[in-house]
Amino acid sequence: MLTQRLLTSDKGGMLVLGILALTCILVPILNLAVPESSPLHVSTFTVTLLGKFLCYALLALALDLIWGYAGILSLGHGAFFALGGYAMGMYLMRQIGDRGKYGDPLLPDFMVFLNWQELPWYWHGFDMFWFAALMIIVVPGLLAWVFGWLAFRSRVTGVYFAIITQALTYALMLAFFRNEMGFGGNNGLTDFKDILGFSITADSTRIGLFLASGIALMVAYLACRYIVTSRAGRVIVSIRDAESRTRFSGYQVESYKLWLFVFSAVLAGIAGALYVPQVGIINPGEFSPLNSIELVVWVATGGRGTLYGAIVGAFSVNYGKTIFTTFYPEAWLFPLGLLFVLVTLVLPKGLVGLLGRFTRRKASKASEEDTP
Amino acid sequence: MNPFKHARNWSTKALPQKDPNFGHPLDTSHGPILYVEGVTVSFDGFKALNNLNLYVDEGELRCIIGPNGAGKTTMMDVITGKTKPDEGSVYFGQQINLLELSEHQIARGGIGRKFQKPTVFEALSVYENLELATAGDKRFWKTLTRELTGEQRDRIDEVLGTVGLAGSRSNDAGNLSHGQKQWLEIGMLLMQSPRVLLVDEPVAGMTGEETERTAELLTSLAGKHSVIVVEHDMAFVRSIARQVTVLHQGSVLAEGTMDQVQNDPKVIEVYLGE
Amino acid sequence: MIVTTTMERLQVLMRLCSALAIATLVALSTPVLAQSEPASATFEQLVNEVAQGSLSKRVDTVAAIAALKHERSADILQALQDGNLKVTRDDSERVVIETADNQILDAQTSEPITGTDLGRLKRIPIHNKLRSQLHTLLAQLNLSHPNDEVRLSAVTRLITDGGDEQTATLLNELKSDEQNSRVREAMDTAIALYQLESENATERLAAVKQLRGSLIPEVRGPLQERADYDSDKDVRIEAQRALDSIEGRLKMFRLGENVFFGLSLGSVFLLSAIGLAITFGVMGVINMAHGELMMIGAYTTWVIQQVFPNQIEYSLFMAIPAAFVVAGLVGIAIERGVIQFLYGRPLETLLATFGISLILQQAARSIFSPLNRAVSLPEWMSGSLQINPAFSITFNRLYILLFGLMVFFALLAILKKTSLGLKVRAVSQNRPMARAVGVRASWVDALTFGLGSGIAGIAGVALSQLTNVGPNLGQAYIIDSFMVVVFGGVGNLWGTLVGAMGLGIVNKFLEPYAGAVLAKVLILVLLILFIQKKPKGLFPQKGRAAAD
Repeated sequence: MLTQRLLTSDKGGMLVLGILALTCILVPILNLAVPESSPLHVSTFTVTLLGKFLCYALLALALDLIWGYAGILSLGHGAFFALGGYAMGMYLMRQIGDRGKYGDPLLPDFMVFLNWQELPWYWHGFDMFWFAALMIIVVPGLLAWVFGWLAFRSRVTGVYFAIITQALTYALMLAFFRNEMGFGGNNGLTDFKDILGFSITADSTRIGLFLASGIALMVAYLACRYIVTSRAGRVIVSIRDAESRTRFSGYQVESYKLWLFVFSAVLAGIAGALYVPQVGIINPGEFSPLNSIELVVWVATGGRGTLYGAIVGAFSVNYGKTIFTTFYPEAWLFPLGLLFVLVTLVLPKGLVGLLGRFTRRKASKASEEDTP
Repeated sequence: MNPFKHARNWSTKALPQKDPNFGHPLDTSHGPILYVEGVTVSFDGFKALNNLNLYVDEGELRCIIGPNGAGKTTMMDVITGKTKPDEGSVYFGQQINLLELSEHQIARGGIGRKFQKPTVFEALSVYENLELATAGDKRFWKTLTRELTGEQRDRIDEVLGTVGLAGSRSNDAGNLSHGQKQWLEIGMLLMQSPRVLLVDEPVAGMTGEETERTAELLTSLAGKHSVIVVEHDMAFVRSIARQVTVLHQGSVLAEGTMDQVQNDPKVIEVYLGE
Repeated sequence: MIVTTTMERLQVLMRLCSALAIATLVALSTPVLAQSEPASATFEQLVNEVAQGSLSKRVDTVAAIAALKHERSADILQALQDGNLKVTRDDSERVVIETADNQILDAQTSEPITGTDLGRLKRIPIHNKLRSQLHTLLAQLNLSHPNDEVRLSAVTRLITDGGDEQTATLLNELKSDEQNSRVREAMDTAIALYQLESENATERLAAVKQLRGSLIPEVRGPLQERADYDSDKDVRIEAQRALDSIEGRLKMFRLGENVFFGLSLGSVFLLSAIGLAITFGVMGVINMAHGELMMIGAYTTWVIQQVFPNQIEYSLFMAIPAAFVVAGLVGIAIERGVIQFLYGRPLETLLATFGISLILQQAARSIFSPLNRAVSLPEWMSGSLQINPAFSITFNRLYILLFGLMVFFALLAILKKTSLGLKVRAVSQNRPMARAVGVRASWVDALTFGLGSGIAGIAGVALSQLTNVGPNLGQAYIIDSFMVVVFGGVGNLWGTLVGAMGLGIVNKFLEPYAGAVLAKVLILVLLILFIQKKPKGLFPQKGRAAAD
C-alpha cells in the first residue's frame, strides 16, 4: 500500500529511480570487473565525478522539497551542505592520526602549524565514526531549527527569507575563513588518508562512496515522496498556495515549515558528508553564496515542485558545467547567468515541465485521433 | 507588492504554549457565544474600529452591513486573531480570551472564517480540500504519519452533500465555478466543526440561482452553529436575516430586525447621504 | 641652434666671472668681516663664507646668518644641519644645496642649477657643538617665522625633541607676542614639558597642571613618569589626575572617531541602499544586480580617468553624471529586457537579476581583467582635516558622507516634488488605480528602475574613492545593502537613512571588540533578533493596505 502511494502517478520519478538503480549496479561492474583496455570500462575518475553529481542531486532534492513544495526559497542551503561536509572532514582529519606532515598523533596539521597545544573541545569525539555521523545530521539540523524557528515565527517569508539565508551562509563563510575558528581557515580540511579503515584513494573505496551516494539519493527520494504524498504534504502545498487560508483552517503553519526546513537541511548535510571524501577537501568556499544560488538554478532548470526534476536538473546543469569549463574554464558565469534568466523567463517549470508539455500534447493529439 | 504580506503588524506577544482547553463545553451560560467589547483598532491614526461592541448568541444568524470602510473586515480580523486591537476585549464564551490566542488556535477552537475572495487550495481536489480542513490533530507529525479515520471520511462525504459538491469530489478545486468555490469554502469551514462561522460576502459575484442556494445553505446552518454574515446585497440580507447590525465608522450604528434597521433615521442618513 | 648655444656659453662665462670675482672678494675680506662687523656682511657673502675656514669660525658665521633674519636663513641652516649644504671641489668653491631628490640649488638664490657640471660636491662638515647651535638657531628662526604653520611645526618639533633652558626662555619671550592661539597653546605645552624636569616641586606642580587635558601624545610619557616616580607626593597625585583627564578626553575623541567612521561606513551603506530601496521598496523588485550596477559606476570613473589623465582633479565631476547615465541605461535595459515580464513574482526577479549580476561580473572580468584597478584620488579628496592631535577626519570620507546625504535629499525631493515622483508613489501604492487615472505604469517602472540603477552608479563613483575597483566590488556590498533596507523598513527612505547610519555605527563599535568578521556575523544575528520584534523594520509602512 505504501509503495503504491509512493510510486503510482509518479512516472518521471520511477524512470529516474530506475536509471539510478541501474547506474548503481552497472558502474561498479564496469569499473571493477571490466578491464581498463575495454571501451566499456568506466574510469575511477568518472566514478568519482558521478558520485559528486549524486551528492549534488541529493542537495538539489533537499532544496526542491522546501522551495518547490513549501515555496520557501533558501539561498543558504549550501551552508548545510558545507556543515555536513565539515563534520565528515573532521572525522577524516582525525583518522589521519600521526601520518600528518608534523606527525602529531592528536592534532591535525593546521593546528600544529598554528602552534595550538591541545584539541579544541568541539573536535572531541570526531575520531569515532558514529559520533561524526550523528553530527552530520545534528549540526545542520540544529542550525536549521534555530534559524527557521526565529525566521518562521516572525513570519519572514519570500524574498526576505531568501536574503536572510544568503546572509547566513555569507556570515558562516566569513567565520570559517578565520583561523581562530579551528576549522583550518582558508585551506579548510584536506589530505585525508582513509575512511572507516579503507584508503580513500583506492578504487574500491571510490566505488563504495559512489554506491553510498546513490543509495542515499534513492532513499532520500522515497522519503521525500513519502512526505509530499502524506496529508502533511498536502498541507505544505496549501501553505505554499494560500498560507493564510491554511492558518485559518487550524494549522500551525510555522511548525510545518520548520520541520520541513530541518529535514531538508539534514538531507543537505548528508549530501555534503558524502561529497567531501569523494573530492578530498572541504574549505570555506563551499559556504559561498554563489554555490547556494547555483543550486537554486539546478532545481529551477530541472523543474521545481517535482522531486525527480531536481535530480534531472542537478545532473544536466553539472554535466553542462563540466563540458563547458573544459573548453572555456574562465567564462562559466556567462552561461550560468544566462541560464538563470532563461529559466525564469521562458522555462518556469524547467526541463521536466517542457517534457511534460511535449508528451501531453502528443497524448492529446493521440486522443483526438482516437475520437473521430 | 509588499514582501511582508503575511507579517503581523503587532509585536509577537508571549502566546500560551499549549492550546487552551477547548474540550470543556463552551460556557455560554449568559447567552452570547461571542463577546466583542470596546474594541478599537487604528492604522496610522485612522480608526478602523472605534469602541466596537458586539454580542452574538449561540445558534444565531447575524447579518452585518455597513458602507465601505465601516470596519467589517477588520472586525473579522480581530475575532480570528489576525489583527490585535489597541484596546478592548474579545471573549469566546465566558472563559476563552481570544486576544491571547494565535490564528490557528482560534481556528482549532471553533471559529471558522470564509474570506471575501474565495480562497480554496486550487492545486488540490475538492475532496483533499475538505480533508485538509477536517477537524482533528493538525500537528505536523500526526498529519505526516496518519491517514484519516473512517469516521472522518464519512464526515467529508456528509459535508460534500451539504454544500452540494458530491458530484465533483475528485475535481481540482481550481476548476470549480465561482459559486462552487464559495460553497467549497463554506464546506471547509464546516469540516472544522466550528461553533461560530464568519462569512465574508458569500454571494458577491453569484448568479441568482446560486445566491438562493447559498441563502438556503446558511439558514440551514444557523441553529447548529452561530453564523455571522457580512454582506452588501440587501435583498440577500433581507432573505436570510433575523438580526441585523449596521456598522459605521468602526462602531455599531444600529441593531435590530431588518425592518427596524431600515427605518432608523441614522441608517438612512448614512446610506443616502445627508 | 647656434644662437642658443652661443648664448648659453656667454651666460656660463659671465657666471664664472662673477663667481670668481665674489670668491676673490670674500677671500680678501673674510678676516676683517669675521672679526669686526659681521652684521654688515650681506647674506650672499655669509653663505659663501660657511664653506670656508675652521669649524669654530663656522660657528660665528652661522650665528651671523641667523642674526640677519634673512628669509632664507633658515633654509641654509637647515641644509647645513641635514648635511645637504655642499661645496664644489673646484676653486670657485661654490656653495650649493643638494635636495633630497638630487636637485642642485644655488645656495644664495635657491635657483636650480642646470646645464653646468659642477663636478663632485663636498659636504660642509659640522661638529656636535655646531649641530646643537644649529638646532637652537633654527628653532629660534622658525619660532619667529611670520607663517603660523611654520611656527606651529617648530614648536611641535620642540615638544617632540625636547628643549633646553635657552629655548624655554625664548619661548616665554615669544609667547607674550604670539597672536595665534594654537601656537600659543603648543608653546605653553613645550614650556610646561621643560618645567616638568625642574628641580623645584612647585614649578613641576604648575607644569603638571598646565598639561592637564593636553592631547599631544608626547605629553603622556613624561606625565606618567611624574605620576610614578616624582619625589613630591602632590606632584604624583596631580600628575595622575592630569593623566586621567587626558584619558577621559581621549576616550571622548575616540568615541567621536568611531561615530565618524560609523557614519562614513553608513554613508556607503546609504549610497548603495537607497537605489535598492527604490527598486525594492517602491517597485517590489529584488534587484540582485544592484551591486554590479555600482561596479559599473566605479568602472566608469576609472575609464574617465584613463581617457582624461590630465584632468584627475575634475574627473569626479565628469564621472558622477556619466556613471548615473551609464548605470541608469543598463538598469533600464534590464527592466525592459527581463524584469517587466516578472512583476508580482519577486522570487523570480531575484533569480533572474542574480543571473544578470553573474553576467555583468564576468563581463567586467573579460573587459577590464580580473585584477583590481586603482582609481586615483583627486588632490582635494586626499589628506585629512586635523581637528586636534587626537582627532582627524579624512577628506574622502567626509566628502562621501556629505555626498551621500546630498544624494539622499535630492532623491527625497525628486519623489516629493516632481511629477515623476508623484507617479512613482502612485504606482507603488496602487498599480491598477494609477493605471486607471492615466499613469503609464510600464513607463514609470522603467524610469524608476533607471533612477535606482543610476543612483547605484553614483554610489559606485563614491566607492571608487574608498576601495579598488574590481569585478567583485558589488558583491561585497549587496548583502549589507539588503540588510539596511530590511532594517530600515521597506518603502521608507527615512528608514533607509536611519538603517544605514545605524548599521554603520554599530558595525564600527563592534569591530574593536569582535573584529571585522565577527562584527558582521554579530550584526546578522542581531538583525534576525530585531526582526523578531519588528518584522517590518524600523519604519513600517502603515495603513490598511500594509495590514493585509
